[in-house]
Amino acid sequence: MDFADEQPKLLMLMYGLIAFVVVVGGLLLLLDVVPAWFARRREAQLVAASASGAPLPRRRKQREGLFALFFLLPTVLLLTVGLVVPAIRTTMLSFMDRSSNDWVGLGNYEWMFSDGSIVRVLINTLVWVLLVPLVAASFGLLYAVLVDKARFEAVAKSLIFLPMAISFVGASIIWKFVYAYRGEGDQIGLLNQIVVSLGGEPKQWLLESPLNTLLLIVIMIWIQAGFAMVVLSAAIKAIPADIVEAARLDGVTPWQMFWQITMPSIRPALIVVVVTLSIATLKVFDIVRTATNGNYDTSVIANEMYNQAFRYGESGQGSALAVFLFVLVIPVVIYQIRNLRQQREG
Amino acid sequence: MTTATPTVAVGSQETDAPRTTAGRVRKRLNSRTATLVSIVIAVLWTIPTFGLFISSLRPEDEIKTTGWWTAFTNPQFTLENYQQVLFGQSSSSGQLAGYFINSLAITIPSVLFPLAFAALAAYALAWIKFRGRDWLYIAIFALQIVPLQMALVPLLKFFSTGVTLGGVTLMPAWDLVDEQKFAQVWFAHTCFALPFAVFLLHNFISQLPGDLMEAARVDGATHPRIFRTIVLPLITPALAAFGIFQFLWVWNDLLVALIFAGGTAETAPLTVKLAEMAGTRGNEWQRLTAGAFVSIVVPLTVFLSLQRYFVRGLLAGSVKG
Repeated sequence: MDFADEQPKLLMLMYGLIAFVVVVGGLLLLLDVVPAWFARRREAQLVAASASGAPLPRRRKQREGLFALFFLLPTVLLLTVGLVVPAIRTTMLSFMDRSSNDWVGLGNYEWMFSDGSIVRVLINTLVWVLLVPLVAASFGLLYAVLVDKARFEAVAKSLIFLPMAISFVGASIIWKFVYAYRGEGDQIGLLNQIVVSLGGEPKQWLLESPLNTLLLIVIMIWIQAGFAMVVLSAAIKAIPADIVEAARLDGVTPWQMFWQITMPSIRPALIVVVVTLSIATLKVFDIVRTATNGNYDTSVIANEMYNQAFRYGESGQGSALAVFLFVLVIPVVIYQIRNLRQQREG
Repeated sequence: MTTATPTVAVGSQETDAPRTTAGRVRKRLNSRTATLVSIVIAVLWTIPTFGLFISSLRPEDEIKTTGWWTAFTNPQFTLENYQQVLFGQSSSSGQLAGYFINSLAITIPSVLFPLAFAALAAYALAWIKFRGRDWLYIAIFALQIVPLQMALVPLLKFFSTGVTLGGVTLMPAWDLVDEQKFAQVWFAHTCFALPFAVFLLHNFISQLPGDLMEAARVDGATHPRIFRTIVLPLITPALAAFGIFQFLWVWNDLLVALIFAGGTAETAPLTVKLAEMAGTRGNEWQRLTAGAFVSIVVPLTVFLSLQRYFVRGLLAGSVKG
């Protein structure tokens, strides 16, 4: 490593930190100093007025709104420039051609639903969204129930939860190694080793469609099951002990207990988990990019959006895919809002 | 999997002593089975990571010709892979040390900015009365659902050509080169993080006791003063929770970095480099295994040491909805 190469980076990091201190510190200082200055001036006016016997200046209304403005200024500004305006712009671009000069109406959307490879992408995304939330939430729930009050609960939960800290890129490399294939000699991938030791033929797992999409989905489930487990485990522990006790005195079987006590009690948490996982899965990008780069029929919407907009320079088609992604998220969110409202009323 | 269900009925051991010996035995068996099964699953869950870790410590020839499980019968370990991937001189070796610094340079400001801005905004939305407050909160809340894909193309264009509206330049072009591009990444991460950050911190700040604020107001404290001296110390756990979230998110992010930092050694973080290596040098397992672990070490340390805050934030962010 050449240290001279790293210096400008560290310098830039320092500029960033200085900017942070200046902006945030300056804002707070400004908010502290300016009102204090106004207060002093008013005091001086009052003193002057009482000394000269002139009528006291009328007290002005407290200006709460001004404070709010400065507290909110950075957030509102950044959200407008960085999110709201670009989102509107993307929507507009999705109706334009690749150079963003001419309107093409619904052309990009027609392309999306008629081009065979893109239809394949949409189907892949659908498979992802159907499988990941379902399997990850079920597994998380099963594990939460299983591990509840078992010995070593904390350790066992940590191990399942650990993949949450690993980047999708790192996780993809971990699993690519599990799926690794060698034509001759010993296998180095765990999966092929298992297949061989069971008497099967080793395979190039990631090249075989549609199996490869399922194998990528396994990676996502491996990462997200921990999230589902932690949230659901907390929900299970929040079930009032006397309800569980009463049910047990009534002699319910464990099976009934699960379906009639546990499930209804944790339903809100379960919905939150499924909704969160669905949205995360819709946007999945890193796994597909790292493991297969979208080749061999594994691409998903977010991946195709990146390819169209940033590799092929098709900003119209890329934007249309982004808008479609947004449209897919909306019903999921509406479902959650309706559920929340029902809970509040019920 | 029916083995899962009995544990529900087992319950806490103190309150519920089975009346018969058979019942007691069955109960112990059930909880034993549950413990055993849960440990087996936890171990299975860890095997892929463990295999990669063992491999990263094996010599190149060994990794490429034999499975990592043979390392138990034929142990040969070395730190050569890490040495190579971090500090190797040849361009094919990875040179990850520089990318590691890039990751740090990207992550630290990308955590601090949204944290500070969101705390300020959340305070104003919770405790300062002004017209349109509820609507503004709902608007920021709603922005959480906009996928960041919706912003990527125009935002990149803003940076390169600036923003003009009706001939008036609202924001000049940034025209950044090399390591200055970090600023773009900070900006993008800050924007994308704000809706969730405001939401999470608002959840905490709005639940602080109103009497406390009222008393401070009566004593003549201004809002900035209350924010600094009363609110900030009280919401430290929430700040920690969001800080960890954002740290893990930014450190592990690939998409935003790919677009706003580019793929060059001056600015690209570890994730970008690793993804590229996985694509172009997919069979160089001695580098990929060690490289993956270099990228995992920092988030794993943060995560393990601050797990408590992370879980608390997760529950507050997701369950309260």
